[in-house]
Amino acid sequence: MKTILAFLAVLAAFVAAPFALGPYYTTLIIPILAYAIALTGLNLLFGYGGLLSFGHAMFLAIGAYASAVMGAKLGVRAFEAQLIVAMLASGTVAALIGLLCLRYTTIFFSMLTLAFGMIFHSFLFKFYDLTGGESGISVPRPSLFGASFASMSKTAFLVGPFYWYALGLFSVMFLLMALIVSSPFGLALKAGRDNERKTSFLGVPVFKVRYVAFILSGIYCAVGGAVLAVSIGAADPELSYWTQSGNMIFIIILGGLGQLFGPIVGAVSFTLLQDTLMANTEYWRFALGAILALIIIFAPRGILGLITRALEWRRR
Amino acid sequence: MATVDLLFAALFNAAVLFLVTAGLQLIFGVQRIVNLTAGSLYALGAYFGASVFEWFSAQGGSPVLLLPVLILSGLLAGQVGFIVERVLRTVYGRDEAFQLLMTFTFVLMFQDVLRYVWGAQPRLLGDLPSVYGTLVVGEFTFPVYNLLVMASALVVAGLLYWLIERTSLGHVVRATAENGRMAEALGANTRRINMLVFVLGSMLGTVGGALVIPTTAASLEMPIALIVEAFAVVVIGGLGSIRGAFLGAIIVGVLRALSLTYFPELEVMSIYLVVIVVLVARPYGLFGKAEA
Repeated sequence: MKTILAFLAVLAAFVAAPFALGPYYTTLIIPILAYAIALTGLNLLFGYGGLLSFGHAMFLAIGAYASAVMGAKLGVRAFEAQLIVAMLASGTVAALIGLLCLRYTTIFFSMLTLAFGMIFHSFLFKFYDLTGGESGISVPRPSLFGASFASMSKTAFLVGPFYWYALGLFSVMFLLMALIVSSPFGLALKAGRDNERKTSFLGVPVFKVRYVAFILSGIYCAVGGAVLAVSIGAADPELSYWTQSGNMIFIIILGGLGQLFGPIVGAVSFTLLQDTLMANTEYWRFALGAILALIIIFAPRGILGLITRALEWRRR
Repeated sequence: MATVDLLFAALFNAAVLFLVTAGLQLIFGVQRIVNLTAGSLYALGAYFGASVFEWFSAQGGSPVLLLPVLILSGLLAGQVGFIVERVLRTVYGRDEAFQLLMTFTFVLMFQDVLRYVWGAQPRLLGDLPSVYGTLVVGEFTFPVYNLLVMASALVVAGLLYWLIERTSLGHVVRATAENGRMAEALGANTRRINMLVFVLGSMLGTVGGALVIPTTAASLEMPIALIVEAFAVVVIGGLGSIRGAFLGAIIVGVLRALSLTYFPELEVMSIYLVVIVVLVARPYGLFGKAEA
């Protein structure tokens, strides 16, 4: 019940946003939604499963490139079809490399995922014909539910139909995740994070549970990547670099690790933070790094953790 | 002909990679932290070395002193490890994901520190290696500077071995790596050991950076690109093993030189394919320990 109320509050904020903020800021919100979708998936693996992947930017890029290749090379403009292909491609890749990566946990898992991420990154450079090499591929405007919106300007399309589409997509994927984490599957995943051996003694197939979480996280990231590619209008190799994976983890920690609303809170705060810092100083990376360091030291449960603590303190 | 040149380039590369990754391994061996900052320290060493040597030349210093000046400036730049360790100390004993991320925040911060101090333009130290001339063996010519760097890496490898395996300080370091609490109970000042190890590891990184500056430009891409290679080295060699770093550096150096010559776009891919093969066949690397 609490989750539903909180979700409705978040939804109301996003519904009100385009009317309150105007087109410029609304175009900024679409990447927020894209990251929120992707990170909701990564949070399942990292927050609930305790597996730190340093390679999930790869799945983000798979989604982005699926949308770009479908739209630009194959002429399939229907965004629904692009999403399905993105999910299938990413799910397949995740199913394959998950078999290898999940043989390990802790730092070795992080390293293997990083290694696969790097291979994918160089693949994007190498296979120029398919991926456009260093400059990537630009993404043509997709059609949504069969409507092409050809008469609209680019901004009007993004802040209009595409914004609502992305918001709808986020809502569906968020609620689905709420069901997943509260299901027996979600419980098993968390139990495996807290004590792998005890959990397997209780008869939980820890590997299988993690494997499913890995695939799900890959699929979520691909959906986020496809939305991201449309909103920035291009898919380029930078999306899959290891620093991008680092940023994704950063956003989750900023919002609140292993908490359902962590990714959306993190994505909003990260974007606001980065935008403010970039507007005010050339050295925004330094400020960003320092803030992350402070969060790690003083507020390991992120902004949500701080809010929870403040609420509990007031109640006393 | 081509093979010998290729091997020579590979070994020079390996020498520098070894210095940086030995620092990574030392830190991981004792503190169980994968230090992503290694790449930034490497770049810092390169920029700092370039500036110090420029200053040194402006003071009328002889270019023949290139190597010692660079090594000294690298050792000096490594002192920044004191600051990094001081901050990193706050997350000792926390989840390793947080420790890894903490070093990532330093990568972000260093990136802007380097840009602030040295600007966005890459920095190159003229054609200095030629001051040491070349060594001609039959039909092959080798720049002496590169040979000296390789020799330095070998000396460092020897010194590290001696320090860790033969001195009493080394015993304490190894005891701390094995079981920090027990070492502390037996009277070892693990706080100081941690600091010492981190600064030593940092110095290895900055010296590595300072030594490449006469042959490559220092640029802001250095930190992140180096991590990609250094990571491959430590994974192939086995996390925490300095012997592993030695062998891993040679493997990655050779692979890199081979792929740069024959399939330039496959450089990173070939290195990481080997990484995956190693991780799958020997998850803890060639010399790693299982319980890391």
